[in-house]
Amino acid sequence: MTGVQILFYAFATMMVLSALMVITVRNPVRSALFLVLTFVSCSAIWLIMQAEFLAIVLVLVYVGAVMVLFLFVVMMLDINIARLKEGFISYLPVGIGIAGLFGGMLAYLLYHMDASDVKTKMRSLYPPASKPADYSNTEELGEVLYTVYVYPFEIAAVILLVAIVAAIALTFRRRSNTKYQNPDVQVAVKRDDRVRVVKMDSEDKK
Amino acid sequence: MDWLIDQIQYWYMWAMPLSGVVTITIPLFVSVAYTTWLERRVIGAMQVRIGPYKVGWQGLLQPWADMFKLIFKEIIIPAGANKVLFVIAPVITLVSAVAAWAVIPFNAELVLSEINAGLLYVLAITSVGVYGVIIAGWASNSKYALLGAMRSAAQIVAYEIAMGFALVGVLMAAKSMNLGDIVTAQQGDYGFINWFMLPLLPLFLIYFISGVAETNRAPFDVAEGESEIVAGFHVEYSGMTFAVFFLAEYANMLLIAALASIMFMGGWLSPFDGFLSAQTLSIPVLGYILDNGMHWFFAKIFIFIFFFLWFRATFPRYRYDQIMRLGWKVFIPITIVWILVVGFMVLGQLSPWWGATA
Repeated sequence: MTGVQILFYAFATMMVLSALMVITVRNPVRSALFLVLTFVSCSAIWLIMQAEFLAIVLVLVYVGAVMVLFLFVVMMLDINIARLKEGFISYLPVGIGIAGLFGGMLAYLLYHMDASDVKTKMRSLYPPASKPADYSNTEELGEVLYTVYVYPFEIAAVILLVAIVAAIALTFRRRSNTKYQNPDVQVAVKRDDRVRVVKMDSEDKK
Repeated sequence: MDWLIDQIQYWYMWAMPLSGVVTITIPLFVSVAYTTWLERRVIGAMQVRIGPYKVGWQGLLQPWADMFKLIFKEIIIPAGANKVLFVIAPVITLVSAVAAWAVIPFNAELVLSEINAGLLYVLAITSVGVYGVIIAGWASNSKYALLGAMRSAAQIVAYEIAMGFALVGVLMAAKSMNLGDIVTAQQGDYGFINWFMLPLLPLFLIYFISGVAETNRAPFDVAEGESEIVAGFHVEYSGMTFAVFFLAEYANMLLIAALASIMFMGGWLSPFDGFLSAQTLSIPVLGYILDNGMHWFFAKIFIFIFFFLWFRATFPRYRYDQIMRLGWKVFIPITIVWILVVGFMVLGQLSPWWGATA
């Protein structure tokens, strides 16, 4: 086994195990932290596959931003685990049904593919010959995104923009009885607004 | 000199992967130790007092005394704390602060790992550091620690966006994400005028201020807020676990300083680069000093570190809502506008930064 393979199996095992922990651990904060571990091992696997841009962006966006906010919310909430588990038995048949459906589809596909077909299919999944060291898949991705896929890319961007605007618009809903400081007024304050100098004659001693 | 440099580079290449890491981390830790000494002396001078001067000449052995004291102190794990996470948290913070140094170019040849997406790598690695703070706050099982972690998480997420946008401006200007290429893109006939500091001035200022906020340094140190929440996220940490947080904070300061000098102040480039003739540069010692080289990089890092200390001695702590306002409502809009401006400047081939000669 080469070093790369050892790394791959190490990270793959870690990823599968931590993914399992995400759904089995009782404490929601720990479960979120295991999700972070899953992302990190996934990013390591992508790095091994020479997809450095995707790997770094996964860490940057999901680990560095999304999961931080997730944890932020989960830590603040007092989540009642008992109540979350209430519906477990009643939802179980549906869950088993869906899992069975997907498993069945997978089994059907594998069964009806003859052995040589599987082999060629798997071959086609092998990575292409490794690229020279100065090959930048960031540039490559950028070129494809801004030429071939420019419309889907722009549409996705607009949808995200709408989501941002909507999120900000939600914060504009104001309660009439809340008090808060207006920093503009605070910064623009002059001495005369706060201090009044009163001139008085000193009184004579009697 | 050349012979020595050749030798150093030869051995460096030879024992690259592991010893490269060691050659970066050990000087880094020593610099961290002396940054703490520098901080106490500089702030002491600014506040008209002396600072540590007893241990060793001018107090130069003080960092070692502190280190040994912290190593031999007991590590207390509070009751009800999550033991594993409690111990892992400082490690995460330190790892992210040190790992980012892998892509920092010290001069044209000396860089541990020259990767194409260097800038992205730095952003990604530094963004992991916040987990150390959050996990520490949560695992401590203490209200003060959790409050500190919450403040820190919100602050770091807010300022990371402004920081990211500032970096987008840099990568547009340099047309590369490789940190070495970013430095060489700032090389030109006019020395320091060619640096990105001038055309990207708003981004430069925002990057550095966000860097101060990212490292939880004064005036943005609400995560620690010793007057409000005791010591914030690391209130329950003692001995070496506390020292590791401390180490990470200073390593992060050095990292921000190094990145700011690479991206906006020409890294290892000399400010006189292009002005001086080859004859001047061939003068034995002076020529070497005036030429491009690692010493300029370190000098720039030193300047930024001094700014960090100066800020701490000068500014009162921001109020929490003001920090959020500054990050979201001031910095992010300015960076977005300036990214557009940078786009026009690059397209218009504004000289001397862009154009046929650059």
